[in-house]
Amino acid sequence: MTQRPLLAVAALAAALGLGLGASAHAETTQAPLKDVHWSFDSPVGMYNQEQLQRGYKVYHEVCSACHSMNLVAFRNLADKGGPFWNPAYPNPNDNPVAKALAAQAQYDTIDSETGQPTKRPGTTADYFPSPFPNETAARAANNGALPPDMSLLAAAREGGARYIYSIVTGDGTTPPAGLQVPDGKYYDPYMPGDLTSFWKGDPNKVPVGGFIAMPPPLVDDRVTFDDGTKATLDQEARDVAAFLAWASDPTADERKQLGVEVMIFLLVFTGLLYASYRSIWRKVGH
Amino acid sequence: MRREASSTGPWADSGAGSGTLSEVRTSEVSESVAKAGADGPDDAGRRDFLYLATGAVGVAGVAAVAWPLIDQLNPAADTLALASIEYDLTKVPLGSEVTIAWRKQPVFIRHRTPDEIARAVADDHAPMKDPATDASRVKPGHAEWLIILASCTHLGCVPTFKGGEYGGWACPCHGSVYDTSGRIRKGPAPKNLYLFPYTFLSDTKVKLG
Amino acid sequence: MTEHKSTYEPKSGFERWLDSRLPIVRFSADLMSFPTPRNLNYWYTFGGILAFCLVVQIVTGIVLAMHYDTSEAGAFISVQRGIMRDVNYGWLIRGIHANGASMFFLAVYLHILRGMYYGSYKAPREVLWWIGCVIYVLMMATAFMGYVLPWGQMSFWGAKVITNLLGAFPVVGNAITTLLWGGFSVGGPTLNRFFSLHYLLPFVIAGMVALHVWALHVPGNNNPTGVEVKSDHDTLPFHPYYTVKDLFAIMVFVILFAVVVFFIPDAFEKVDNNVVANALVTPAHIVPEWYLLPFYAILRAIPDKLSGVLALAGAIAMLFALPFLDQNKVKSMRYRPAARMYFFIWIVFCLILGWCGSQEPQGTVIPGGAGPVIIDYGINSVTWLARVSTAYYFAYFLIITPLLAMSEKTLPVPDALFMPVLSKSAAPAE
Repeated sequence: MTQRPLLAVAALAAALGLGLGASAHAETTQAPLKDVHWSFDSPVGMYNQEQLQRGYKVYHEVCSACHSMNLVAFRNLADKGGPFWNPAYPNPNDNPVAKALAAQAQYDTIDSETGQPTKRPGTTADYFPSPFPNETAARAANNGALPPDMSLLAAAREGGARYIYSIVTGDGTTPPAGLQVPDGKYYDPYMPGDLTSFWKGDPNKVPVGGFIAMPPPLVDDRVTFDDGTKATLDQEARDVAAFLAWASDPTADERKQLGVEVMIFLLVFTGLLYASYRSIWRKVGH
Repeated sequence: MRREASSTGPWADSGAGSGTLSEVRTSEVSESVAKAGADGPDDAGRRDFLYLATGAVGVAGVAAVAWPLIDQLNPAADTLALASIEYDLTKVPLGSEVTIAWRKQPVFIRHRTPDEIARAVADDHAPMKDPATDASRVKPGHAEWLIILASCTHLGCVPTFKGGEYGGWACPCHGSVYDTSGRIRKGPAPKNLYLFPYTFLSDTKVKLG
Repeated sequence: MTEHKSTYEPKSGFERWLDSRLPIVRFSADLMSFPTPRNLNYWYTFGGILAFCLVVQIVTGIVLAMHYDTSEAGAFISVQRGIMRDVNYGWLIRGIHANGASMFFLAVYLHILRGMYYGSYKAPREVLWWIGCVIYVLMMATAFMGYVLPWGQMSFWGAKVITNLLGAFPVVGNAITTLLWGGFSVGGPTLNRFFSLHYLLPFVIAGMVALHVWALHVPGNNNPTGVEVKSDHDTLPFHPYYTVKDLFAIMVFVILFAVVVFFIPDAFEKVDNNVVANALVTPAHIVPEWYLLPFYAILRAIPDKLSGVLALAGAIAMLFALPFLDQNKVKSMRYRPAARMYFFIWIVFCLILGWCGSQEPQGTVIPGGAGPVIIDYGINSVTWLARVSTAYYFAYFLIITPLLAMSEKTLPVPDALFMPVLSKSAAPAE
């Protein structure tokens, strides 16, 4: 009887530990993220390979013009669970798609004969090339704003893929009358921000959201999907968000699969242990 | 009843055991002291001094070894060597600020509007935790430029530009509020945002450090 | 161990030979047959769970160190690219190590609360309790330095805020922080020394755990009644009774652990730590890991920097002082209804402090306005809730506990911890 309150406290402590993601921001506001869903949302859900391929195309043709992704190599595209994984090529460095994509990029090298700087085509071992040589150059080309590296973007934002989808589709929303949008910025209700000082209307009805320096990146038919899927803005945003979720957490599929196997083992073993425990303690009163 | 364990429990046994042992040791020691005494009181005094001196020199040796082990934690020569930097003030439009790094520390360079300066000067004699006049926080003739370390004096976070009710900065970590002169007005921070050495090379160029 | 007579008998010539030179087999056998109160409940399994956690953290940590780059430029990449993507099972090992810290603290808090509830800090176990408190402080230091190593934004700013705490001390404060940083701010030298210490401290903890177990085996276990063991009827040999019980509890704990590692690995993670450390930008909302939140709330509740730091230290010091503050002879709160009630209220306030620590200081408690301002914040602000909770936290130790110890009317305490009324066969198996 005396143990029950302690149990309740334990449950509370666990709940406290797990519920910390939702901490309040006093002044920063943001519209609730759009309610979109992906195959990988659930704790056992897997990435959809065709979606990752489409997402890579959007990233490659649109995002990569400004955003780097310096933790991901071309070989990763052909890793198990990746967009171009092919069981015929267990070694991703043999995968023809990854090789071809890598070869399109040019990298600095030193000529082995003359010792002079020169260029070479990329290999599967190369990491994605950066659009700008350094941060200063990136800022200079983007009106002072730094396009964030995309390797961990989904993991580095509250809401993950849903955040990316919402930002991309919300970018360039027509600002409410009375909101002064600075030059070179766009209104995005999903961007966390504080618009109080840019708002001329009722001070109690400051619009939610913030400004983003990125021009609206996607429109219908911005890319042409190889699998014939119609390239609507919504489809492009979903696919690129899925690709960025994969780029942030490429081992998620492996983790979830192994997790199910581990859970089965643990439950069986713990069950047997419990039976042993009962058997050993059967003869003694306690 | 519940104290039994401490009186007759394991402690009692072990206590008795060690007590016997220490008695034996004490008697050995006193024997040796008695023998020493037989050599004469001067010898004993000399020996005491010798032991004391040995101990003192030993302690000094340990301290001398400890100091390098502690001092190695202090900034190394390459860290100290970080040079001063120059900054072109035309990059900071009126009413805005930039945050740049000097000696790896964030620094605010704020181009203050006449309104902001007036507001800071008007508060010169308001009650404050760390009283200072606005004039003492800028260089003469350059009141529009407030150049200060960007670390909140509470726990070192970088305060947010124009946050808080004084139009200066507000610290996102623990809610300290600074005015347009960088003076602490509210919250847990004990000091105004720190000044550091810099000089104007011209009206548009400043040298930090 | 002094009371417990050794029952080990060397079986072979070799064992006899070894026993007269290094009686390590005897030592282990005596540990295994150690008489343990037979009424220990599941709250007493957290000691074993914690030993398991320590081993897990040391093993995974040593492995991670093989792939980690301590340089300022390379730390983030070696974790996020090397360990998380390229090293075989690196994601799993880091998942266990990073979440293992949270699991470790979950277990240690339940272990501490159990000790407080059943009065395990009272004579003759004060030294046992103090060693445990030292382990807890070492755990916090180790966890803090480990959190810095991935060199994300939260790593950097957490390190900056915590090290700046020491700057609060007059005269020597700045010299201490400079000494800790090895520079003018948190940077590469700080990262390197934190790595060195993060590798060392777990072994210091392991040494303290050995002393903790030693100090446990001198008076023997406390138990839910708080009545000391009187006869062999009260005890069972540790093995197999408590080895199997602890092992079962550990496996239940492992199931929870595995759910976190495999299905919600980012449950305790702050998204900002997936952004590389940047000395020029403070993340919008800095909060420490959940296990430090109550102390963080106490720190922020005090408007003066030095007092805040002293209150933070004092909150931990209360645990050390507990054996002095509670002089009541009745150990277990089973027989102390008033003490039990104030203890549960204290736990609730600790949880409230944890919540306050996760919120912004000017945030409101009940949705709506902040209410009339008292001194600096509205009455409905997180800061004022934290202040009230802090007041109770200290009052519980400094006022309520000593007063109750003197005045509380306790329930009748049983004469023996084990009443073999209901059991079919009272004799222990051995």
